[in-house]
Amino acid sequence: MPEITLRVNGAERKVSVLAQTPLLWVLRDTLQLAGTKFGCGAGLCGACTVHVEGNAVRSCSTPISQVAGKSITTIEGLGANGLTALQQAWIAEEVPQCGYCQAGQIMAASALLVKNSQPSDDQIRQAMSGNICRCGTYDRILRAIRRAAGSGGKG
Amino acid sequence: MSPLSRREFLVAGAAAGTGLVIGFYLPRGRSGETQIFAPNAYLKITPDGRITVVVARSEMGQGVRTSLPMILAEELEADWKQITIEQAGASTLYGDQTTGGSASVRTTWDPMRKAGAAAREMLITAAALEWGVGRDACKAENSAVLHSASNRRLTYGELAIKASAFPMPSDPPLKKDAKEYKIVGKRMARIDVPGKVDGRAVYGIDFQLPELKYALLSRCPVIGGKVASFDDKETRQIAGVKYVGKISDSAVAVVADSVWGAMEGRRVLNVTWDEGPNRNLNSAAIFESLRNSASGKGAVLYSTGEASKLSGRRIEAAYQLPFMAHAPMEPGNCVADFRGSSCEIWAPTQVPQDVRDSVASAMGLDPDQVKVNVTLLGGGFGRRLEHDYAVEAALVSKAASTPVKVIWTREDDMRFSTYRPASYHHLSAVLDGSGWPVTFAHRLVSGSINGQKGTSQPDGIDVDLRDEAALVYSFPNALVDYVMVETPVPLGWMRSVYALQMAFASESFIDELAAAARKDPLDYRLHLLAKDEDIKFFDATWRTSRMRGVLQMAAEKADWGKPLPTGHSRGIACFGCFGSYMAEVVEISMEEEKPRVHRVVGVIDCGQVINPSILEQQIKGGIIFALANALRAQITIEKGRVVQGNFDDYAPLRMNEAPEIEAYFVESSEAPTGAGEPPVPPLAPALCNAVYAATKKRIRSLPILS
Repeated sequence: MPEITLRVNGAERKVSVLAQTPLLWVLRDTLQLAGTKFGCGAGLCGACTVHVEGNAVRSCSTPISQVAGKSITTIEGLGANGLTALQQAWIAEEVPQCGYCQAGQIMAASALLVKNSQPSDDQIRQAMSGNICRCGTYDRILRAIRRAAGSGGKG
Repeated sequence: MSPLSRREFLVAGAAAGTGLVIGFYLPRGRSGETQIFAPNAYLKITPDGRITVVVARSEMGQGVRTSLPMILAEELEADWKQITIEQAGASTLYGDQTTGGSASVRTTWDPMRKAGAAAREMLITAAALEWGVGRDACKAENSAVLHSASNRRLTYGELAIKASAFPMPSDPPLKKDAKEYKIVGKRMARIDVPGKVDGRAVYGIDFQLPELKYALLSRCPVIGGKVASFDDKETRQIAGVKYVGKISDSAVAVVADSVWGAMEGRRVLNVTWDEGPNRNLNSAAIFESLRNSASGKGAVLYSTGEASKLSGRRIEAAYQLPFMAHAPMEPGNCVADFRGSSCEIWAPTQVPQDVRDSVASAMGLDPDQVKVNVTLLGGGFGRRLEHDYAVEAALVSKAASTPVKVIWTREDDMRFSTYRPASYHHLSAVLDGSGWPVTFAHRLVSGSINGQKGTSQPDGIDVDLRDEAALVYSFPNALVDYVMVETPVPLGWMRSVYALQMAFASESFIDELAAAARKDPLDYRLHLLAKDEDIKFFDATWRTSRMRGVLQMAAEKADWGKPLPTGHSRGIACFGCFGSYMAEVVEISMEEEKPRVHRVVGVIDCGQVINPSILEQQIKGGIIFALANALRAQITIEKGRVVQGNFDDYAPLRMNEAPEIEAYFVESSEAPTGAGEPPVPPLAPALCNAVYAATKKRIRSLPILS
């Protein structure tokens, strides 16, 4: 198996896995970063969302070979230097119920705020519609993103 | 999150035999743990002031890791900031640890209050003796005991060791008036939230052990089918595959050193199935069988007067609901480590004790040789009331001689679930000259969840129906009965269980009667509830006044009767289940003949509210869940196989479809009742009643968008 180099949460990591292995399983099993979640394995639910070069990407459907040499941020890396304004907003609005989808939700919201620091409610709803929450936390997600945007945080 | 020690288990287990639920008095001076005040199985206080509350229910999003400690902390007079929690695994200390039936708060309300109060009394005694003053001169507050006459104060931490010298009062005084509450009824911050925003929270699927291997199972796609043979030549060529083998009649396991290796190994595994007797089973035949059974003899759930003997204006309708799947976000998984004479399990489970017992049985062990640890659950909704995932994992660990994490893909979760029973309903009523029903009859025809699992269902009545099929209106003559049918489709308890089916049929039909009588649907319901009455339904008593209360409040909050924007319509429905009363008003418009839901108002009366923020989550989340069910959730069977596989053909609600939801509760000091499930049942009928208001078309079959 070839060795692939990634930059994960700011640190260079080398992994030897099957070339088609989805990034999700490399993060979870090889690098022990289990905050990124497996939900559908088909890019339908967004639980596995991470940032690749700053863009929100479905790690369950991204072969590791596609991200060789790229910079990847997971939920563990997002607030590595203290919680971001977005994560603080998530706590203030008390968003999570079971919490399983929330890492993906936060990563998706974070990518949205980087591109659009003052999204409208409709823009938030559209941008977040790729992420399923079975507990139904959508109204608090909306409020948390509004709050983070209002506080000027970049997420 | 350390599980109780073996020592505690033995000591407290012996006490449990006396039947005193909270009276587990642990001896002082236990080796290694002398610096601890643990007056009962729910509570530990250490000299550093830390207060640990043991949570003996599973956290699946409904907030038990916060609400249950709040109940104890209230009576303990604890400083909420000092509370930490410990998750109990399967134990003998806490009675039935099943997390289901919206029961966690209602069944632990008394024991948690008593546990906190008993400890408080012991701490006060310790302080009074220390100061040489009377107990009555002391009071507990904010994790300390005060003697105001001398302005002295000792913290619970300082008193912890001394307090453990005293016998525990068996009947400590409890607060009588909700006005005294400092924690209960307040929006205390959820304990589990910080770990759920930074990736630290550990769900079952995240749990790790040294040398852990990963497994996927190839299960027979046909219900009831078996493995005939398998060819694993290709599988064994996948890097990292360590083991391939049949672990039960119907499944072959692929074990690898990575999840992806196991997935790839399973993908190329070639299994020949013996499809068995259900190979031609399909949904159409199942519904035909339900309809055909509707004329059979029913088991009476509720009866008053002479429902069948009246004539007049007779109205009849039939309703139908499909199988549905829970589809929690965290797919099935379980870690098992079988070691010959013991087996340890780490599972996201709603039933740690059932897991313990079923694993013990499958492995030929005694229950106390199986240790079950409960992780966080990435949703449950009833799927994790089963224990299939744990038995499988234990079997794989034994067969492959390794600690193993079995992971289910989303397709596995969807196709090998246990399903909300499909149902058929026949309703009839006779109206008097003014349009009021003089008789009302509702017959449910459905599979029995509990019956299918092999437990006895007295009188042909699935025991769940006692909590989920109540008739809450007062009719002069009424009959609710149940025809139990058999089905090979695996059945399970899904959030609100039979209440969803019962509410959809009965609350839609009430709307039909109101329409036939040319009366407002709210007024019609209020008229049927106008007299203060207690309606007995099995062990429960339903009060018309409380149902009237939630209906009136929902109508008021939703501006019922006031003009709507052009093209908008409203529907209303109410239902009672798990001890609670719920009413909902749904506002829609029709877009291309489909309802677009704009606004939902939900009002619950669940007695004393523990945490309004968590209750609001349960109401709003329950409505989102119910809306997905009503619009498009359906599991269909073709050639003995579940058709749906992932979130494309079984699609939960997404954020761009979520309506504005307003959640309210009735202020009440009645004992708390269920909150997780009652918000679900009224949604579908309220929505379909709104569709009727908009179109004059009655939807009698779910899902709406089928």
